[in-house]
Amino acid sequence: MTVKIKLSALRQTSWHEYLIRFALGGLATAVAGAIAAWFGPEAGGLFLAFPAIFCASATLIEKHERKRKEKAGLRGTRRGRDAAALDAAGAALASVGLCAFAAVIWLLARDSAWLALIVASAAWCTVSVLLWSERRWIWALCHWRGSARSGRPRTQA
Amino acid sequence: MEDYVIRFFIGGFAVSAFAVLGDLFRPKSFAGLFGAAPSIALATLAMAFWQEGADYAALEGRSMIIGALALCIYSLAVCWLLKRHQLSALLATSAALAIWAAVALGGKWLLLG
Repeated sequence: MTVKIKLSALRQTSWHEYLIRFALGGLATAVAGAIAAWFGPEAGGLFLAFPAIFCASATLIEKHERKRKEKAGLRGTRRGRDAAALDAAGAALASVGLCAFAAVIWLLARDSAWLALIVASAAWCTVSVLLWSERRWIWALCHWRGSARSGRPRTQA
Repeated sequence: MEDYVIRFFIGGFAVSAFAVLGDLFRPKSFAGLFGAAPSIALATLAMAFWQEGADYAALEGRSMIIGALALCIYSLAVCWLLKRHQLSALLATSAALAIWAAVALGGKWLLLG
């Protein structure tokens, strides 16, 4: 499956939805800073991977997909949920990339701030895209392990 | 107070930028990668390097590994709640926050004390 850019998708999101995401993102960053200031960098570090706008994003994806189906005269509830689930599956892969980002910061921070931030961002991007490109094998492996445990025959992934 | 206002605007901008990228890309599983982008981390760590120094940022990076593992389990839980239990996106993402908190705080307690 090839990756495409769909510029028309930007028109689906209204200005107040952009504003909500900006506010939630800003709030989460300020709270992460406050937690680090009160409880120390070890507690603050946890919140650098807090799913701050996940709730808003998933709800928007579900709503947009449902509306698109309803416009075509179909019931879009299930399709909306499936779209949000696919988004969550992508986030699960990218959070492994986020582990790589954090590990690079931990290891390189004392050498150079810019080097650490650039290499960490590159590590997130590389690991996430690599895992996404191999996702069929990952899902197939999970499915095979699940089937083996439950004793059901393996089906084509 | 000024520090938190700066954090709010830098963080809001970084999170919005990654969210717009997520809106642009298709298929949806690829767009989902941006749901776990290091947006808050980039904003916070840049300020940590600038204000507190490298050792402070390194400590944040170390515990962020546990936070990211918690995010992975959180995302899988959301996917499972949506597909298996047919919950709405709002309910699934809100309920799974308890899982993120349990894994992140439990992991920190177990591994870092």
